[in-house]
Amino acid sequence: MADLEEGFALTAVPLGSGPDGPLGVEQSGKTDQFLVTDSGRTVILYKVSDQKPLGSWSVKQGQIITCPAVCNFQTGEYIVVHDNKVLRIWNNEDVNLDKVFKATLSAEVYRIHSIQGTEPLVLFKEGAVRGLEALLAEPQQKIETVISDEEVIKWTKFFMVFRHPVLIFITEKHGNYFVYVQKFNSRILSKYTLLLGQEEKCVIQSFSTSVGRKFISLMSLSSDGCVYETLIPIHPSEPEKNQRLVQSQLLKSVVSGSARNGVALAILDQDHIAVLGAPLPASKECLSVWNTKFQTLQTSKELPQGTSGQLWYYGENLFMLHGKFLTVVPFKCEVSSLAGALGKLKHSQDPGIHATPHFVNWETSQGCGLGSQNSEQSKRILRRRKVEVSVQSEVPASTQLLATIQKDSEKHIEVELRKFLATKRTPDFHTIIGDVIIGLLGRCKAEPSFYPRNCLMQLVQTHVLSYSLCPGLMEFALEKTDVQILQLCLQQFPDIPESVTCACLKVFLSIGDDTLQDTDINMESVSDYMDPVQDGEMEEQTAFLQNGFSPEEDNCDSCAQKLKEKPQATADESTSCPVTPKRAALLNAVLHSAYSETFLLPHLKDIPAQHSTLFLQYLYFLYLKCSENATMTLPGTHPPTLSQIMDWICLLLDANFTVVVMIPEAKRLLLSLYKFVKSQISICSELNKIEVSFRELQKLNQEKNNRELYSIEVLELF
Amino acid sequence: MGEFNVHRVRFFNYVPSGIRCVAYNNQSNRLAVSRTDGTVEIYNLSANYFQEKFFPGHESRATEALCWAKGQRLFSAGLNGEIIEYDLQALTIKYAVDAFGGPIWSMAASPNGSQLLVGCEDGSVKLFQITPDKIQFERNFDRQKSRILSLSWHPAGTHVAAGSIDYISVFDSKSGSAIGKMLVDRQYMGVSKRKCIIWGVAFLSDGTVISVDSAGKVQIWDSATGTLVKNHLVSNADVQSIAVSPQEDSFVVGTAEGTVFHFQLVSVTSSSSEKQWVRTKPFQHHTHDVRAVAHSPTALISGGTDTHLVIRPLMEKVEVKNYDAALRKITFPHRRLVSCAKKKQLLLFQFAHHLELWRLGSTVATGKNGDTLPLSKNADHLLHLKTKGPENIICSCISPCGGWIACSTASRFFLYRLNYEHDNISLQRVSKMPVFLRSALQILFSEDSTKLFVASNQGSLRVIRLQEGGFTHPRAFQPQSGTVQSMCLLAVSPDGNWLAASGSSAGVHVYNVKQLKLHCTVPAYNFPVTALAIAPNTNNLVIAHSDQQVFEYSIPDKQYTEWSRTVQKQGFHHLWLQRDTPITHISFHPKRPMHILLHDTYMFCLIDKSLPLPNDKTLLYNPLPPTNESDVIRRRTAHAFKISKKYKPLLFVDLLDEKTLVAVERPLDDIVAQLPPPIKKKKFGT
Repeated sequence: MADLEEGFALTAVPLGSGPDGPLGVEQSGKTDQFLVTDSGRTVILYKVSDQKPLGSWSVKQGQIITCPAVCNFQTGEYIVVHDNKVLRIWNNEDVNLDKVFKATLSAEVYRIHSIQGTEPLVLFKEGAVRGLEALLAEPQQKIETVISDEEVIKWTKFFMVFRHPVLIFITEKHGNYFVYVQKFNSRILSKYTLLLGQEEKCVIQSFSTSVGRKFISLMSLSSDGCVYETLIPIHPSEPEKNQRLVQSQLLKSVVSGSARNGVALAILDQDHIAVLGAPLPASKECLSVWNTKFQTLQTSKELPQGTSGQLWYYGENLFMLHGKFLTVVPFKCEVSSLAGALGKLKHSQDPGIHATPHFVNWETSQGCGLGSQNSEQSKRILRRRKVEVSVQSEVPASTQLLATIQKDSEKHIEVELRKFLATKRTPDFHTIIGDVIIGLLGRCKAEPSFYPRNCLMQLVQTHVLSYSLCPGLMEFALEKTDVQILQLCLQQFPDIPESVTCACLKVFLSIGDDTLQDTDINMESVSDYMDPVQDGEMEEQTAFLQNGFSPEEDNCDSCAQKLKEKPQATADESTSCPVTPKRAALLNAVLHSAYSETFLLPHLKDIPAQHSTLFLQYLYFLYLKCSENATMTLPGTHPPTLSQIMDWICLLLDANFTVVVMIPEAKRLLLSLYKFVKSQISICSELNKIEVSFRELQKLNQEKNNRELYSIEVLELF
Repeated sequence: MGEFNVHRVRFFNYVPSGIRCVAYNNQSNRLAVSRTDGTVEIYNLSANYFQEKFFPGHESRATEALCWAKGQRLFSAGLNGEIIEYDLQALTIKYAVDAFGGPIWSMAASPNGSQLLVGCEDGSVKLFQITPDKIQFERNFDRQKSRILSLSWHPAGTHVAAGSIDYISVFDSKSGSAIGKMLVDRQYMGVSKRKCIIWGVAFLSDGTVISVDSAGKVQIWDSATGTLVKNHLVSNADVQSIAVSPQEDSFVVGTAEGTVFHFQLVSVTSSSSEKQWVRTKPFQHHTHDVRAVAHSPTALISGGTDTHLVIRPLMEKVEVKNYDAALRKITFPHRRLVSCAKKKQLLLFQFAHHLELWRLGSTVATGKNGDTLPLSKNADHLLHLKTKGPENIICSCISPCGGWIACSTASRFFLYRLNYEHDNISLQRVSKMPVFLRSALQILFSEDSTKLFVASNQGSLRVIRLQEGGFTHPRAFQPQSGTVQSMCLLAVSPDGNWLAASGSSAGVHVYNVKQLKLHCTVPAYNFPVTALAIAPNTNNLVIAHSDQQVFEYSIPDKQYTEWSRTVQKQGFHHLWLQRDTPITHISFHPKRPMHILLHDTYMFCLIDKSLPLPNDKTLLYNPLPPTNESDVIRRRTAHAFKISKKYKPLLFVDLLDEKTLVAVERPLDDIVAQLPPPIKKKKFGT
């Protein structure tokens, strides 16, 4: 069943065009991007899915574009003709059309055609055709006249037939139509006379073609409202002779016969055509999709604001003018069947049947390793499997890669790896990656000079690894004090042993600031709440009163007196970060990693006192930052959560309490922490009280609702 | 559609009994479930999990084991020491054989289904040969020193593993001699427990034995050497059941904490062919002990003390996500336990061993939608009728006038006459029931309470004329030639001329009551019938099937009605077809012939045949009343299905008169409150 989706206007502002709409809509080099040529002076490049323009170019005042802009798919440049004879070629970077390449031709251009896979063609109004390259080599060359006087080109199309370009154009002279077919492989121009149907007077208003095996099917929409089909042989028997083509009626009265303008036709696929026009003399203009095989109307869409009789069809989008806006109607069309044509086709997407969602399947890896799959799985991924088989049949890419690792240079490995990662992922992808890393590490141990850092980084970033899949990687990185890899590992691996986490922490705390300066560390988790520039001057910070805490609050004990003596220092400590942003980012990675308390505590005890104080200061700083806003979260992407911070503070204090207590620098920190805890406890106890009373209320409410064993109620059924 | 006064009844104190065993039959895709009261139920998994048959329980017959044998024969064994075979056609017990070994704790059919093995209290393992019409004792295996709690055959039938207390024995099934013994560690978390009970064993074809025990362990043994290969501690409480998939690539265990664990055979590394059992998924669908598990090719099935039967499809085995891929939780029986005398506003509740008769209260107040009206008279408990004997009640019915009550157990039929004098009720049992009336599968009174229809075993259907103080004229309908299908559902037309009867699969037959002859047979349909009713005046038979289709068949015309054809042509709304409980009762509006009332466990629906049918784009169920919309929109969006989900779980809904509904609800919380407390689990640390 064909399906027209809700359309949308491409241009927010009306096109500055006359009554006859835009000159043309053409594909550009990238999918989803289209060149729209105004009938005035402007060419705009649109991205349809985003519904926004990407670029816009205009010719000078006084000049007028006479032929829609096209894209040269071979070079990615755009070509437009203004004032009939002036050719302009530019690309995306150019701003002003006046300053781009210009060629003045000797004859007037009718259209420039460009399609994928061949060079653009220029069709002159006299019927002559030139390749763009040949024309640019000699712009002023003589252009011959092909068609007779008073013959006017009405419509033209350029397409590929069996990889050979073919240009077709239709001319009109005194109500007679002639079809010219220019084939470029044999340089043959065939001319046909189009014999109209029984009625003499009707005027053909729109054409469209499609290519079959032996024939080019030319469809035309006549002014009597009928669609006619004409078959043009691809390989004419006598090419030189003027032949006649007979039209056969395909559909009757698709549009009202009296409609003079706003009528257009486009072939969608072998069985469907789209028709623009008013179906009844009095009705509004419509976009309708017809099935030509079964001669049924599939769907239609009213265009109440009128249209211009122009219809373009590319991929899955129909372009037309609706009112003053260029409108895109996405379109879906399935293979036609009788049931579909009659509208009886069951919805292919049965509401009860959906594709199975993603879930963890414990059996996939094993199945692939053995090379045999149980039937139900293979059915589901049959198509994908086929593709994979064709890749795998040559040589298992993984074994090749493993061999490369053992002997080749670092550069080469990197290239091979990138190739491997670009291919489709097999179910056992993660184990292969693990094997690759182990292979690399093995070689590193054997050759001390070999350290494929980029490769390792790339592999870790595949998001499929875990610590147990590549044991030794983190130890190796620790040995090299490669904090960047360590950070990545901490972010990616779900199963890092606590001893390794702790070793990372030690490295992060002890590494010199100057060494850190040179490394490239992902600063995502700190960027939003830390000033990269650390200046000594700090603005007065007094406003963290949320959650009932204020460092100035003096309800604690005599120790607070001491704090009061140096208010400046307090503020300083609470708001300025005790570590550099880079180090903070590294520490955040540690905070994010999973751990089990019992296994972590013994390792935490080994951290030197000043380092643990530093870490504690940092955690305290984070906590203060947290309590600055009501939601108790840190800004930024993926910051440490409050509970992570609190857990680490507790852990660190548990592990090193006796040491920390002895250090004078840590004293103030401990005091502030103590005050924090005290205020938090009082809040929690209040909250508990509130919760209990709410629960009682809820219980009372429930009892009222549910206790009754029997009641008579009033129910209204709607 | 109008306003109704709804009598919301929650005093039906029904508690389903806990599930003891489940047995899955792959050939017929049926599941047998036995409950602690001895009831055995058969679920047809292909027919939308419909409970198509049941065998009533018996006080002395606590089932401990259930299994299928060759030719889809079903056996059970229990603590009374008997092995019972069930007749799935006649819905009776075929025979019971005493195994003479004391209470039987376990039973297993051999892989080819021709032999039956039972494990007894006295430590004996007895082998029975299954003959076409009975079972015959063949041999005792070597006697063990304590009870045999679990048995499993090797898939080749050569060996048997038997779980006892503290050890597992391996027998040679030919000679019956014990060839191996595997001692199970009593220690539990470092503390020596009293005893370790092997609740379940499973023998795999490679010689691996998997055991589950009371110390919370799942252990994997090598039976050839008698060594422990792997130990999984899965629970702090007992692991009570185990079931292995037919492909032997996964198994499932159920624990006393209500958790079900799925284990799968997964290769150790990607390259090696070495595989090991890995605990993959835990499921917590139960609150109490999971006493029984089964493993169908695509689903894990579990049941236990909390009375729910849970069917959890394995998502990796499901190809498309349709409604079969959803979790099913079956709590209530798929048959009616409530009957109603509309004129007298009486409700009869059926329990396992007694009946309760209640009179509904009344009110004089009126109100608007959602109001609870003040009661002028509360509901009265009129009667508590206890049956004698250990057998469970199969079916019961109260006559529409309220003057008769009938009920039946597996061996006795009771008919009572009720007399109402103001507030006093006198009850008189009608004695001297005819000999043939020993048991009934379904009982129904005619609308004028002058006739009693009884469907009993072997497909017999009888009509009895009731008179003051007795009955006359027991007459039988001509049975279908060659059928022994028992009729489970009956419906009589209000004018008393037609009787419709349906068996568990044979389709619906319509009889002419006056001539006692078969009038016609409704065209056969693939899915079993879940409810039947005949409409007043038109004599249209409305049939609900387990695939949620509803048909209307005109008895006088012997064809489907126009409305039914329209419905079939357009198809039901997809949400209607996705409901997971069957329709268990159908009735009609007394004044409006176009209205049909039907209900399942989670909704009731009034179908107005005069309105257009909903298509898949319309909203089937709108819980909110239409506000501020104009009458025109309301009329345009109205469709035939008027659904209410206000009351649930529903056991019964009926129209007492044109303005009054009665809805019998059984909240799950009330059932949970009557169950023993579950094992307490610590939620927080310290």
